[in-house]
Amino acid sequence: MSEPQRYHPLFELTISRVKEFIREPEALFWVFFFPVLLAVALGLAFREKGPDKIPVGIVAASEADPVAAKTAAALASSPVLFPRRYSAAAGREGLRTGRISLLVEPGPPVVFRFDETRPDSRIARLEAGEALQRAAGRQDVVPVRAEKVTEKGARYIDFLIPGLLGMNLMGTGIWSLAFSVTSARNRRVLKRLVATPMRKSHYLLSQILGRLGFLIPELVILVGAGWLFFGVAVRGSLLLLTITSLLGTMTFCGLGLLIASRVSTIEGASGLANLVMLPMWLLSGVFFSSERFPDAVQPFVNALPLTALNQALRGIITEGRGLVAIAPQLAIVLAWGLVSFAVALKIFRWR
Amino acid sequence: MSPERSDTAVRCTGLVKRYADVVAVNGLDLEVCRGECFGLLGPNGAGKTTTIEILEGLTEPDAGEVEILGTSWQRNGRDLRERLGISLQETQLNEKLTVGETVRLFRSFYRRGRDPEAVLTRLSLEEKRNARVGKLSGGQKQRLAVACALVGDPEVLFLDEPTTGLDPQSRLQLWQQIMDFRATGGTVLLTTHYMDEAERLCDRVAIVDHGQVIALGTPAELISSLHAANVIEFASEPEMDEASLRTLPGVTEPHRRGPNWSLPVGSLAETVPILLGLVERSGAKLVNLSTHRATLEDLFVSLTGRALRED
Repeated sequence: MSEPQRYHPLFELTISRVKEFIREPEALFWVFFFPVLLAVALGLAFREKGPDKIPVGIVAASEADPVAAKTAAALASSPVLFPRRYSAAAGREGLRTGRISLLVEPGPPVVFRFDETRPDSRIARLEAGEALQRAAGRQDVVPVRAEKVTEKGARYIDFLIPGLLGMNLMGTGIWSLAFSVTSARNRRVLKRLVATPMRKSHYLLSQILGRLGFLIPELVILVGAGWLFFGVAVRGSLLLLTITSLLGTMTFCGLGLLIASRVSTIEGASGLANLVMLPMWLLSGVFFSSERFPDAVQPFVNALPLTALNQALRGIITEGRGLVAIAPQLAIVLAWGLVSFAVALKIFRWR
Repeated sequence: MSPERSDTAVRCTGLVKRYADVVAVNGLDLEVCRGECFGLLGPNGAGKTTTIEILEGLTEPDAGEVEILGTSWQRNGRDLRERLGISLQETQLNEKLTVGETVRLFRSFYRRGRDPEAVLTRLSLEEKRNARVGKLSGGQKQRLAVACALVGDPEVLFLDEPTTGLDPQSRLQLWQQIMDFRATGGTVLLTTHYMDEAERLCDRVAIVDHGQVIALGTPAELISSLHAANVIEFASEPEMDEASLRTLPGVTEPHRRGPNWSLPVGSLAETVPILLGLVERSGAKLVNLSTHRATLEDLFVSLTGRALRED
């Protein structure tokens, strides 16, 4: 029989995996469009609106109380205060329930009632004092000029984009491996493959290479969308970002392989995948900083692969850090990947 | 290499495989010569699939020896894989790939092999080259499974129920492929529960039941071991009893087949008139009567008292 072409099994397996993936429209949605939709939705929900005004109450004897009206006008000149007039009882009630942050009883002497433990109350007290003194004719002795700064990189969307990228790398890495391998076992495709001289390592490697093929478009789409819609720029090196994402993807492919190493049903695999991913969605600083968790659990949280990956991605994207600065996080990610692969290969069931 | 070894393609002795609550294979011996088409015939659950998967090196036996092409899975597993073509029972292939991509993928696993295009053409799949596997009919899927088994240019072809569930035309097409492979010197080991398949295709047949070989030989030898070249099937109203049927000349083993009595006989000309007389004398009315040449199915029924296919 003629042999017009050379066929390399690893190449053919990888191409097959890629084709299998792009012929699955649902998978394309989850990998490429879902994270962008999520970023846009969250970015709109948490967009910067400028600081809210602080509600302040003024005690007025009646609707037409002239002293109260004068005080209210003075307070309204402050950009951060929102004054309203109340009866003495309603004012105290409002203060107690937190509807207003400060209650002003016009004087003389002017009385400020507030809860000293509330930061907004303290700001209101200072602002109200300033506004009343100025209205009464006080002159500043030292000239001051305020310059307002909105630092890009400090907004919520700046925090969110690297987290979403990390979450997406985890989700697609774990799902693509766990689903594809489990369904191949479930439908006895694996068994048919091991009945050929195919090298098992080629099969497993092709699963990972097939996944890596989608990394670049995925990165471009998500980082591109962040830049286009929200002006989230990558401050660090794009090469380092790519390498870090590559490492993260391989690690989560390893975890996916571990999840799929023995289960034979899709239900079993998705249960395990959720068990692995759910804690990391919450703990690993995707939507909010993992530093909000108590100190006692920080070592555990920081040792999770997604926490380490997110810290590394944030370091590169928002802080412009270099390889040396994120090396500890990369080491954690790498360690998870190596251990997962080693265990998965050891316990993998081919039939 | 001794001449005897080179003549044997597949040999196993004392094969045993137990699962939690059943003994699937119970001390099974088999020898398949090079260049022959050998059939394992038996009902569902007889242990055919377990046996062939042990021979294919996919299942570990609990006891027994397996020798394939003069070597064993332990000694030369990877090398053996290069020389065998395998089609599993109800083979599932990746449904998202096309027919052409699937055959090309399987070709890539073998160091030497056939041109994927040529294999597709031989199995009349060239027009389906760009069709997704998931969209194929049962017959096309089965032909593709055989194409994947052939593309590595194997010395031995293992086929587990290759035509189960296929329409008559697809079966004939597949039979032709199997006969062509054997005609070019290939060895075939197949399992089936269709007696006509075993009779048409196989040089030798082992009848398997409860994990053991209960009869072995060429289809002609097996059928002649019935000592009855023909079978009469009939039903009457009311039914005849077994004892009176045993009095008929040439009838030794009457047995039930559904509503009918089945009587293996040597000569129809001798037995049929006497049977008709017997029915009439007993006052019963004949509901139907038919005759056919004895088949492996009749042998199986006479050996086990059960039909090959309980349906």
